[in-house]
Amino acid sequence: MAVSLENRSMAEFEQKEFRELLESIRHVYGYDFTNYAEASVKRRVLHFMQAQHVESLDGLAKILVRDERMFELFIQELSVTVTEMFRDPLFFKCLRSKVIKRLATYPVIRIWVAGCATGEEVYSLAIILKEENLLERVIIYATDINQKSLEIARQGIYPLASMKTYTTNYIKAGGKRSFSEYYQAKYGSVLIDKTLRQNIVFAPHNLTTDNSFNEFQMITCRNVLIYFNQQLQDQVISLFYDSLCTFGFLGLGNKESLLFSEKKDFFEEVDRREKVFMKIP
Amino acid sequence: MKIIIIGCSAGGLQALSQVLERLSVGLSVPVVVIQHRANEHVNLLEEVLQHRCGIKVKQADEKEKIRPGIVYVAPPGYHLLFENDHTFSLSSDGPVKHSMPSIDVSLESAAMVFGKALVAIILTGASDDGATGIRTVRKYGGLTIAQDPAEAQFPHMPQSAIDTGCVRFILPLAGISNLLAARRFTSAHEEK
Repeated sequence: MAVSLENRSMAEFEQKEFRELLESIRHVYGYDFTNYAEASVKRRVLHFMQAQHVESLDGLAKILVRDERMFELFIQELSVTVTEMFRDPLFFKCLRSKVIKRLATYPVIRIWVAGCATGEEVYSLAIILKEENLLERVIIYATDINQKSLEIARQGIYPLASMKTYTTNYIKAGGKRSFSEYYQAKYGSVLIDKTLRQNIVFAPHNLTTDNSFNEFQMITCRNVLIYFNQQLQDQVISLFYDSLCTFGFLGLGNKESLLFSEKKDFFEEVDRREKVFMKIP
Repeated sequence: MKIIIIGCSAGGLQALSQVLERLSVGLSVPVVVIQHRANEHVNLLEEVLQHRCGIKVKQADEKEKIRPGIVYVAPPGYHLLFENDHTFSLSSDGPVKHSMPSIDVSLESAAMVFGKALVAIILTGASDDGATGIRTVRKYGGLTIAQDPAEAQFPHMPQSAIDTGCVRFILPLAGISNLLAARRFTSAHEEK
């Protein structure tokens, strides 16, 4: 009995320290994780503590506040996500069948890939646009909070071992050519075709604190909202709403939805299953 | 709130069917299933389990309030986590031990939220996912159970959990099924 009581108070104590840690990070560095869904942040913080051999949350807070280099590492750990090329192939198939034709009516097409992580889905989008002969008219702004992920995205170098999965995904997504046309393989890695990168601008952007920077015909933000609490989700969806032109498209992750958002009635469902929406007047 | 989490991998469907078939409307706790699965586009697992189980089976949704009397199944391609307000959240942090959903990730998250109110059960599987999670569950005072490896279709996973020394009960499927159907998990005997 005594053991479980002790455990309980330990958990509560940790909770208080955990909130204090996020507050001091916000205060000192301006990175705001206080409205992130807690479970993931906690997991990543614990992971970081194990890797850096830090014993307590209190100890971690002290280190982060005085050591900027450690803080950089911490931010990388806290904001890293993984994806794959043509993740959820049917989402990309849906863009091809239901969105591309509408986009083609614009002389210049601006697309924002918000939370692009290491870039796999940005290049997937570029491939589709190329195959639909739109790429030359497109500017893709690919942003992420994580500088290291952005750097990988910018380089466009991925493990050769992933190509088998990506090729399958590409075919399921309605790919029209041989997927190997889009990369060069060398020493266990592949380099994504340079022509795909021409119209992509990679830039840092923090969805929790930064504003809109343009008007877009399409925004995709996949598997980012799952990391935010309801309040922050609402804030970010409002940001997307303000950044889209009327009849502009919003693409979310497979398990994300506008259902509980206050902006729900300002969007029309283009594809319920693939989570593609259109801003309506 | 008490909560039951069942982790399984290879051979899981058959084992789950047997464990869940006796659950009835009186169930006063939520049951969460973490089954390794391919990222398919139809919810076949949920449909099959629903067919064999007398209470509602559904895929866990992001931000969904966890309610008693429902069997939730972790969606493919994400980790399933638990928030302090007893809602689900999802993460896309990448596979752990080649698995997403990972049983370890879910158990560690649940242990921190539910503490001694958590019952964690490891069934058949060919990986050692769940072993780390079982340690954490035990550390936070939860009840840990593994399927008897002698009868498991793939004994490696329950055996790995048992090898941590943190498993409290080793039971055959029939015993686990009895436990879930027992009075302590039905509304007639709800604990605060």
